[in-house]
Amino acid sequence: MENLEQLVHDGLKAVEQADGLQALDQVRVQYLGKKGVITQQAKTLGKLSADERPAAGQKINEAKGQVEQAINAKRSNLERIAIEQKLASESIDVSLPGRGQDLGGLHPVTRTLQRIEEFFSQAGYTVEQGPEIEDDYHNFEALNIPGHHPARAMHDTFYFNPGTLLRTHTSPVQIRTMEATKPPFRMICPGRVYRCDSDMTHTPMFHQIEGLLVEKNVSFADLKSTVEEFLRVFFERDLQVRFRPSYFPFTEPSAEVDIEWGREEDGSIKWLEIMGCGMVHPKVFEHCGIDAEEYRGFAFGMGAERLAMLRYGVNDLRMFFENDLRFLRQFR
Amino acid sequence: MKFSEQWLREWVNPEISSQELMDQITMAGLEVDGYEPVAGKFEGVVIGEVQSVEPHPDADKLRVCQVNDGSQTVQVVCGAPNVRAGMKVPFAVVGAVLPGDFKIRKAKLRGQPSEGMLCSESELGLSESHDGLMELPADAPVGTGMSEYLQLDDIAIDVDLTPNRSDCLSVKGIAREVAVLNSLVPQQPAIDPVEAVHSEVPDIRVDAPDGCPRYLGRILRNVNLQAETPLWMQEKLRRSGVRSIDPAVDVTNYVMLELGQPMHAFDRNEISAGIVVRMAGAGEKLVLLDGQEVELTDKTLVIADHEKPIAIAGIMGGEHSGVSADTRDLVLESAYFDPITLAGKARYYGLHTDASHRFERGVDYELARDAMERATQLLMDIVGGEPGEVVEVSSAEHLPEERVIDLRSRRLADVLGLEIDRTTVETILARLGLRIDKLLKEGWRIVVPSYRPDISIEEDLIEEVGRIYGYNNLPVTEPTGALGLRENAEATRPVSAINSYFVSHGYQEAITYSFVDPKVQTLVDPEREGIALANPISSDLSVMRTSLWSGLLKTVAHNQNRQQSRIRLFETGLRFVQEGEQIDQQPMLAGVVVGPHYPENWANGRRAADFFDVKGELEGLFSLLGIEIEFHASRHPALHPGQTAELTRDGESVGWLGTLHPQVQKNLELNGTILMFELSLNSIVTGYVPNFKEISKFPEVRRDLAIIIGSDVAFADVKRVARKHAGERLTALRAFDVYEGESLGEGNRSLALSLFWQHPERTLNEDEVHTLFNGVIEALKEELGATLRS
Repeated sequence: MENLEQLVHDGLKAVEQADGLQALDQVRVQYLGKKGVITQQAKTLGKLSADERPAAGQKINEAKGQVEQAINAKRSNLERIAIEQKLASESIDVSLPGRGQDLGGLHPVTRTLQRIEEFFSQAGYTVEQGPEIEDDYHNFEALNIPGHHPARAMHDTFYFNPGTLLRTHTSPVQIRTMEATKPPFRMICPGRVYRCDSDMTHTPMFHQIEGLLVEKNVSFADLKSTVEEFLRVFFERDLQVRFRPSYFPFTEPSAEVDIEWGREEDGSIKWLEIMGCGMVHPKVFEHCGIDAEEYRGFAFGMGAERLAMLRYGVNDLRMFFENDLRFLRQFR
Repeated sequence: MKFSEQWLREWVNPEISSQELMDQITMAGLEVDGYEPVAGKFEGVVIGEVQSVEPHPDADKLRVCQVNDGSQTVQVVCGAPNVRAGMKVPFAVVGAVLPGDFKIRKAKLRGQPSEGMLCSESELGLSESHDGLMELPADAPVGTGMSEYLQLDDIAIDVDLTPNRSDCLSVKGIAREVAVLNSLVPQQPAIDPVEAVHSEVPDIRVDAPDGCPRYLGRILRNVNLQAETPLWMQEKLRRSGVRSIDPAVDVTNYVMLELGQPMHAFDRNEISAGIVVRMAGAGEKLVLLDGQEVELTDKTLVIADHEKPIAIAGIMGGEHSGVSADTRDLVLESAYFDPITLAGKARYYGLHTDASHRFERGVDYELARDAMERATQLLMDIVGGEPGEVVEVSSAEHLPEERVIDLRSRRLADVLGLEIDRTTVETILARLGLRIDKLLKEGWRIVVPSYRPDISIEEDLIEEVGRIYGYNNLPVTEPTGALGLRENAEATRPVSAINSYFVSHGYQEAITYSFVDPKVQTLVDPEREGIALANPISSDLSVMRTSLWSGLLKTVAHNQNRQQSRIRLFETGLRFVQEGEQIDQQPMLAGVVVGPHYPENWANGRRAADFFDVKGELEGLFSLLGIEIEFHASRHPALHPGQTAELTRDGESVGWLGTLHPQVQKNLELNGTILMFELSLNSIVTGYVPNFKEISKFPEVRRDLAIIIGSDVAFADVKRVARKHAGERLTALRAFDVYEGESLGEGNRSLALSLFWQHPERTLNEDEVHTLFNGVIEALKEELGATLRS
């Protein structure tokens, strides 16, 4: 049995010296496999008496157990090292940028219009579209701007022929909606409009968004709340708003809306004109077949570029239509 | 409308500051556009008298003057050509400070001592005029400060009036408004009829009473137009932005600014026989006061004599009948011209005058006589003369009718959202000159004054009450209408979803002008002619786009010129195509891609984007929209003939995808391979609502094959033939490899396909699949000449 002790000793040493999982497995086969030197010791049991066998058997089992345990310990150690090595070899520079397509972006005007559409959609307004090449009737006549009206001079109109033009505002969409829909309704109409004017602060094309609400019982006071609430939500802050009497042929009473935009040198509020609004003119209702005694309405309108400029701090209107990528990418 | 604050305060003088006054009228709807001091900032300038003028011994252009400043006489060297002994001029004494912080010191000019400076108007910031020294009237008190003398502590206020408020195109009108706001009564200068001293009257005939319902004329004989317009009047004109010309013109301008009535003065001796107000004959010619000759149309109202037109009514007088320094006898005109008759006429002749501005917007039709008397009196004060009787020709049936409007208190409250008590309403109406003719059970019957042509319906009265009550004093309430749910078609995707798709695929949205350069458009879409604008802003923005590509390609050029090599843009918007009588305005979606497919970095490589990159992105879009689109090889004049696909849905064309034709690219001076697509939005936004199908529990079977086939045979055809023979249980067919190489022989390529079958109710057996698979192979051989690749 000294032989067995020697075998265990050799076995443990071999385990210790095994430098890899493969070598370790060879040790296992050599000592504990079917033909392993320790396993083979069981054959010697036959030569022993019945009394001696149990004790000798137990010794062999203990020897096997000892080596097995060492092998298992060594294996898990080697496996751990192997994983660590593998992980070490697989480490990457996570600070390098990712692969694939980058993100584009919406044009700031679209971004502005989409926000406004969302606000009003939540308040029950539909979003309506209309033609951009318009007829004189929808762009002017139906809006109470007959041919001789001095307000026509306020609209530098692009013409194709005397009766056909590029819409100068999105108001004709209001007319078309009123012609096609029975009140009550709430709608907004965002879109491109055109004026024959081009300088530092004018581009021949720009965007408006107008709103119209027609119901049986609506007043200028309701218009005020709608406008004030919109401006607060759009600029995401409480700002002072004032309504200044003004004139549009298609609304009566009419108002310009000013918002607080900084302070003057003397500390007084600096007011900035931001939009126009008013109660729908009875003549406009008449043109659209709506009974002005039964229904009333309010309308409001604003320039999308102006809002975008204020919101995002853009200082040159013309940049919106140069589509310079260095500009557009700032609005992702 | 520009006016001096001082002038306004002569009419109505509320105890508020200039700023408060301006805020007040702005908030009443007369928006103050700006204001400016009526003179530059200066001190130490007094009225000086030039006592003597001697030549400078050492300079030809300089004089040596002795100037009395009221307390002493000093020597001043002066270079102004108009300096002469005896004249009174603004004199900046030593120590004075002129505008621009220019200090006057003792100096020597070419050796001669000079103590102070004689000033021109521009040096005091009174005008741009550099016509030598400012000459003051002979009675100007020497030694008095200039600011005090000219009352320069004043501002000129510029009000940007809306076109309805013609009543405020005068100091009188603004004063009326300020009086309303401050509960004051404006002070009007006394206007009394001037008595005639002779019996000569102009012969006036009005042949067009609808265009000229009222015309007043008067003869003023023996005037002296050499006289100077008094400084006080010159100053008021100047502060209103009107240049002084001669006393006749100055007085008519003054009355227009003061009362709002444009007037005209003719030289009586240049009028042949009498005055006729009539429509012009087509082709009649008239040389206007500004020297230009116009050819008149028969829609133009003119003032004529018995031979020829002498003025375009309400717009501009003629040169021939205009007054000059030698004019002895005047005919004064004060008339009411119909706004609709005059509308647009000034513009037609390329003119815009103070008179036309007022007449087009509507002048007070009861004002003409007051204005005539006022002008006569002022003229006589300046140029003397003998007035005759005023002749008035008017047509009651053509004058505007007096407007009587009922205002219902219920309506007033409903529209404004507030019940305003009766007394307040009545006070506001009274202050505005809106006379209550009768108290009604439900409100008021109102008579509108002749100076408010803008008030014609009940809503106008409601606005007036609201305006004076103050919009900002009205309540704020929420609309209370019921909010129902709205229709929302699930199968139709909003454009915002398409926008998001492109944004997440690296596209930047562009917004380009709807009008484009016809040269670019012809390159991009030679077969269609863009609809041309009659009055484009410039030739490169003169036709409506028939394709969004024109604008996008210009955007590519703009960015390539700014070192941007990777460009991915999309745009949505209308394109405009003339279809017979109709104009088709179709919403389109277009995109353009050039440069590396991925942004450059360590992992992405530098591969340029190609047709299949963009096609894949479009296929992704079509999946999102739930639609099936087919790509057919086709031709488009702007696209590479071998890299063009026409896209169809259910056999209908919906758009194009391709590579920009190299020739077009060269003509547009663009770089790189440019991929473009354009689709009709309406054709693609509606897909389907999903409909569940049972998931098969049975295995899917896959078979692969590789064929060699002519390069001219489209994959679409291979797919079609394979599908036809693969039976109804085919679930998918994919090309997993495409290869072209010499080993395959010229004009051939290899296609590797995988086919997938699955049965919903049972496992497909080997024989069935084998038969179908062989059927596909045989069909490809027979129908398309394919051979199986070994």
